[in-house]
Amino acid sequence: MRRVVVTGLGTINPLGNNVDSSWNSLINSHSGISKINKFVVDNYPCKIAGSIDDSNINDQIVTPRDQRKIDRFITLGLIAADEAVNDSGFVSENESSFRYGVMVGSGIGGLDTIYKNSSVLDNQGIRKISPFFIPSSLINLLSGHISIKYNLKGPNSSPVTACATGTHAIGDSFTIIKNNKADLMVCGGAEAAICPLGISGFSAARALCDTFNESPEKGSRPWDVDRSGFVMGEGAGVLVLEEYEHAKKRNAKIYGEVKGYGMSGDAYHITKPSEDGNGGFRAMDMALQESMLNTDDIGYVNAHGTSTPVGDMIELSAVEKLFGSNKNLFMSSNKSAIGHLLGAAGAVEAVFSFKSLETNTLPPTLNLDNPSTNTSINLIPHESISENVTNIISNSFGFGGTNASLIFGI
Amino acid sequence: MSDIEERVKKIVVEHLGVEEAKIQSDSKFIDDLGADSLDTVELVMAFEEEFGCEIPDDAAEKIVTLKDAVTYLTANAN
Repeated sequence: MRRVVVTGLGTINPLGNNVDSSWNSLINSHSGISKINKFVVDNYPCKIAGSIDDSNINDQIVTPRDQRKIDRFITLGLIAADEAVNDSGFVSENESSFRYGVMVGSGIGGLDTIYKNSSVLDNQGIRKISPFFIPSSLINLLSGHISIKYNLKGPNSSPVTACATGTHAIGDSFTIIKNNKADLMVCGGAEAAICPLGISGFSAARALCDTFNESPEKGSRPWDVDRSGFVMGEGAGVLVLEEYEHAKKRNAKIYGEVKGYGMSGDAYHITKPSEDGNGGFRAMDMALQESMLNTDDIGYVNAHGTSTPVGDMIELSAVEKLFGSNKNLFMSSNKSAIGHLLGAAGAVEAVFSFKSLETNTLPPTLNLDNPSTNTSINLIPHESISENVTNIISNSFGFGGTNASLIFGI
Repeated sequence: MSDIEERVKKIVVEHLGVEEAKIQSDSKFIDDLGADSLDTVELVMAFEEEFGCEIPDDAAEKIVTLKDAVTYLTANAN
């Protein structure tokens, strides 16, 4: 059987513009959430987000001229991809480049570009629409750009499964390598929806936190009694997945292994998860089956944990149901510090999961002052902890009732 | 250098990210200055904006060098 390992990590997110800086901020309980200052939010019910300051965008990786021709989600994705590919030390040679692919998705894609061009069309007419409008906003153009930059001619695609996108991208890439359709995949997710249309749209759906505008860093508080919705974040996470023998042959640094992948659908509601948590339960169970591990082998759950009133409890109950006999289980939500990166969330959380495996450090759930329910699972409130873990499960659930879980191990 | 030529050159520098010193009057946007076909569409839009005129597609297709642009805009700019 072909095994799939991780040989490169990259991210840009509200806590930093690379893996090490954002990981250090995460485990030191820093928050990346602040007041939105890129546009006027006076009339918005939610005025906070996990934004990336433009000064943190490295112009050496994507030049300002190129940034003008691509939506921000593509810029962020290219920055994370640059770190991941460099980290892996992999260079694609022409004769074998068809064995190397890309699968980096996005939940929404170039929303702000679409919004701006829509205004141009209405106000200035068709002749003012940029020829780069469509290629700058299409979701799969991120995978396209990455393939061109690094000469990757294998499978090329981009999943679009709302907040489960990043996890599906990694899981689908894992499956592609396992099934011998590629030896290496650059995979993950990117999102840049902190824009007027993005914030107003999620506000209208009553999904965003609207009760901590005066203390933004307290807004994202998974499982806490005062949580009122998610806080949007932006950024990207990219991983290099590689077939084990291929990685070994070139003496690559191996962070760990992707061991299992589960997927499911709720068939219940367009935005709410099914109340019994059955969808999430089945995704986790499917991943566990593929990994051939027992529930006691899992040490940590990198939760979806978005800080919404309904979703957090449903995930917790599904985890309790599946891992009930596991008395030493830890679980926390990275979103408490970086917000919800939508289509990038699962990918950034996968990057952090591999840092947990590497450093035996489990990041905290910030702002968990008063859990709204009793649980035997340690939700790691406020401060990170040192704990030897060899296997982690990471969950992502999206609008439309789409669920994905991955198991990472060493 | 005429005022029009200077303004055209400035737009080309901004849009194609090339050094001004490298732009000759007969430099071709695509072959010599690294533009692709979408860049040239955007260049023409920028000329229209700067010179307040509309450049029809058949005329735009013939603008392949700096000199072509200057000649067209000298005759047609508002």
